[in-house]
Amino acid sequence: MDKIYSINGPIVKVRNTKSFSMTEMVFVGNKRLISEVIGVTSEVTTIQVYEGTTGLMPGEPVVGTGAPMSALLGPGIITNIFDGIERPLRALNELTGAFIGDGAEVSALDTERKFAVTLSVKPGDRLAPGEVYCTCPETPVVTHKCMLSPLSEPGEIVWTAGDGEYTVNDTVARLRTDSGKEVGLTLCQKWPIRTPRPSKERLPIDRPLVTGQRVIDTIAPIAKGGTAAIPGGFGTGKTMTQHQLAKWCDADIIVYIGCGERGNEMTQVLEEFSELIDPRTGRPLTDRTVLIANTSNMPVAAREASIYTGITLAEYYRDMGYHIAIMADSTSRWAEALRELSGRLEEMPAEEGFPAYLPSRISEFYERAGYVRTLGGSEGSVSIIGAVSPQGSDFSEPVTQNTKRFVRCFWALDKSLAYARHYPAINWTTSYSEYTDDLAGYFKANVAPDFMEVRQKIANILVEENKLMEIVKLMGADVLPDDQKMLIETARVVRVGFLQQNAYHKDDTYVPLQKQYSMMKLILRFYEHSQDALSKGISVAAIMAGGWCDKLIKIKYDIPNDKPEMFDTYAQDMDNDFSALTGGAAVGA
Amino acid sequence: MELKYIGLNEINGPLVALDNVSGIGYDEMAELRLADGTKRLGRVVEVSENRAVLQVFEGTKGLSLVNTTTRFEGKPMELPLSKEMLGRIFSGAGKPIDGLGDIYAEKYADINGRPLNPVSREYPRNYINTGISSIDALMTLIRGQKLPIFSGSGLSHNKLAVQIVRQAKIADENGQDFAIVFGAMGVKNDVADYFKRSFEETGSLQRVAMFLNMSNDPIIERILTPRCALTLAEYLAFELNMHILVILTDMTAYAEALREFSSSKGEIPARKGYPGYLYSDLASLYERAGVVKGSGGSVTQIPILTMPNDDITHPVPDLTGYITEGQIVLDRDLDQRGVYPAVSVLPSLSRLMKDGIGEGYTREDHQTCANQLFAAYARVSDARSLASVIGEEELSSADKSYLRFGELFEKHFIDQGFDTNRSVEETLDLGWLLLSTLPEQELDRVDSDHLKKYYDPQRAAEFFGLN
Repeated sequence: MDKIYSINGPIVKVRNTKSFSMTEMVFVGNKRLISEVIGVTSEVTTIQVYEGTTGLMPGEPVVGTGAPMSALLGPGIITNIFDGIERPLRALNELTGAFIGDGAEVSALDTERKFAVTLSVKPGDRLAPGEVYCTCPETPVVTHKCMLSPLSEPGEIVWTAGDGEYTVNDTVARLRTDSGKEVGLTLCQKWPIRTPRPSKERLPIDRPLVTGQRVIDTIAPIAKGGTAAIPGGFGTGKTMTQHQLAKWCDADIIVYIGCGERGNEMTQVLEEFSELIDPRTGRPLTDRTVLIANTSNMPVAAREASIYTGITLAEYYRDMGYHIAIMADSTSRWAEALRELSGRLEEMPAEEGFPAYLPSRISEFYERAGYVRTLGGSEGSVSIIGAVSPQGSDFSEPVTQNTKRFVRCFWALDKSLAYARHYPAINWTTSYSEYTDDLAGYFKANVAPDFMEVRQKIANILVEENKLMEIVKLMGADVLPDDQKMLIETARVVRVGFLQQNAYHKDDTYVPLQKQYSMMKLILRFYEHSQDALSKGISVAAIMAGGWCDKLIKIKYDIPNDKPEMFDTYAQDMDNDFSALTGGAAVGA
Repeated sequence: MELKYIGLNEINGPLVALDNVSGIGYDEMAELRLADGTKRLGRVVEVSENRAVLQVFEGTKGLSLVNTTTRFEGKPMELPLSKEMLGRIFSGAGKPIDGLGDIYAEKYADINGRPLNPVSREYPRNYINTGISSIDALMTLIRGQKLPIFSGSGLSHNKLAVQIVRQAKIADENGQDFAIVFGAMGVKNDVADYFKRSFEETGSLQRVAMFLNMSNDPIIERILTPRCALTLAEYLAFELNMHILVILTDMTAYAEALREFSSSKGEIPARKGYPGYLYSDLASLYERAGVVKGSGGSVTQIPILTMPNDDITHPVPDLTGYITEGQIVLDRDLDQRGVYPAVSVLPSLSRLMKDGIGEGYTREDHQTCANQLFAAYARVSDARSLASVIGEEELSSADKSYLRFGELFEKHFIDQGFDTNRSVEETLDLGWLLLSTLPEQELDRVDSDHLKKYYDPQRAAEFFGLN
């Protein structure tokens, strides 16, 4: 039997053994702590332990499982909360109490719970990997589809159990594989977390992940199957933005990974999401959410694993033909976990003590996002939104820089905006999205034909304001000519009335694309009117006295999401006011 | 049979190594007895089949390879716990140093604690009224929160902590017990004395347990101090259902001790020589705040740290900010102008505030008022920098009104003094009065209902004596 040779924090070494393979899951010590093999040489096998190693002694046994670190996939995942290695925290709570104990073995899925299973195959049917053999309602909004594991051979169904109530481990069908083996199919399967699940092909990305957050949807939109990073120092609202996206984005399923973050935040998600009603389904948001929680005081090795566990769950649901959005908060903690483990392994550090393989790990993770045709033939996507916590709020540090290379959407959070309580504090000049062009077709067809132009005009106002502010900072606003003064006033309306969004207001927390478009239109109408008025010799002060700036800033509250027709009234009023002001005919906007 | 090992094989800084030992667990405690009969405590930080590395808490001064006998205790460090610990003073390693004898333990607990299952946490929602306007209105402290004070050498963080302790109405309506656990890491003797005296003056000394590691005490013991303090706090809160306020000062000294220890172990340093696990290590302390379902008590933490060179991007404040639920930042410039408490409003924040204020907690207009105060004060700094370039005369009238607002805000709202204790109503009313000195159209975070109810420029002009 293999025995522990040495212990240093979460790293355990075993000497002179050939029994373990790389990334194999092993049990360490008398308490059977869950661990993974991370290095094998002829002399030393290195193992990282996913639980606390206090009290562990050299000489205690190390037992292999023969299989890599895997996630158990099956019905019962949604609405659950897991730790970094897929142990259900609610079940752990009953087992070890409020404080998490070591060596507790719990099945990831509830083995008692029965699901109403409907078989979708009959004896004689062919079944290929990735194809569905039965379905069951997992939550009122998610139908779970059990698929033949991509690792399995194709074959023929020889027996089915018939529709009825089954637990995850019950055999519901039997398959004779092409090589003649007969295997039982249950409701669950295992998948090694560090291996991406295969798909038939990647499809082009051309549909937006609608978030209802104006600055994201219009300035820097993300696509379904896309990747985005939210970097920001502490207090700039990374978690808040992630929560908003998790609540309102139009994905079918949300995988929320709390990686090295605060315990209270996870509790908040648990509480808040069970109270909030998803407007699309009329059900609590928890019905489409799965949480992975490795809070900052939980074992660091499991933090490294939590990211992989999360993405594996997401890929599994993608294979059923769902659109998944992953919120990873925060990937910096994951990178730091890599650094910590790398340090314990005495590897040669690269930048700032991070291991040299940091960029490749980050890219591997983000590359698991995508819009695909699944093995079963349907379409599904995984979008990844990763928060980055730059040390010292310095975006030039390794994690931010490397993340920037591998994501196509960059939502930079700005300290000065956050200080002024401008939320979401996404800086519109440093943020970008490479998906804008890919999504143009969708916006044109589904929102408005001129959506892209309108969006560009708004962006131009902001860029122009940015330039003018340089002058204003030096010489004051008085030196500017009238048209530029007007531009600054309009830009303020865009910033305060459009980009700034109130997450606690019932209408403003989520804004449909159509309303976002109408808001931009109305602001541009005002801008055109005012420029026209200026050209007719009306002063800025007189235009401002009309009070339209303040009215426009408040349209987000004053026009409810379900009353788009009010925009026409506003436009009409504006036209009238301006024609009264200029004493001439209204210009068409 | 109890095994004792004679002699050591290596001494390096606070670490000693023993060869040819067996049956030793990771993280286990050991007792080293010197030839002169004195005892020191050590902890196993690395163990292999025949070698154990110990970190000696009282330092390795006087240790030689032959003059010690080591006995392993077979368990990690445990702290004896009892309610009687309130009113007592302990060393940084949890030993009584007030000459009142040992603690009769009702229970022993591992000082490292265990991670609290997020499922068992209760989301903190009850605010603590500190009576300090800037904190109550803009960064409300919530029971079960961890809200650090980011300060610098020479600023009045200690005074502020004392004022919070004195004014905080921590006991709730049911008159539930509350107590303070005070952990001092590497503080000067007179600072510890100041806290002791202040607790005495406010008559709360009987409700305070103090763990003192002075700046001249062994640095390695400093690593134990916050853990001992939090272990006691958790026991009092979650088993005896008390509301506990933990004050930890100074976290920078703690982190430096950790760095020293790490470098003597030969670990690869990350930023500024601090170990790569500084984040995890700090988190293992800060995360021990909160409220547990089914228990009536709570642990609220106010860690105090001094930012070296007032640099908020230094690893210690930086990582702290990423773990804690907000921060109260003190500002040297305000302090020099005699403003007390010198709270720098803009970078300060309370993350739990939004769910613990408003109707049913403080007052329905709290969030609106706070948002507008923040937004307006942010504009003040723009106006000030502009004024310094083009002169105050040249400013637009809106910018001028912001300058005036800034001055009044600092003078009346922030600078409230050590002895003033304001209720939330007073604080919010004062906030609205200040906002009323601004032109109405500048209040873009306030909806019309609130404007109607609270915007009163006339009263503001009378109150502040404006023309």
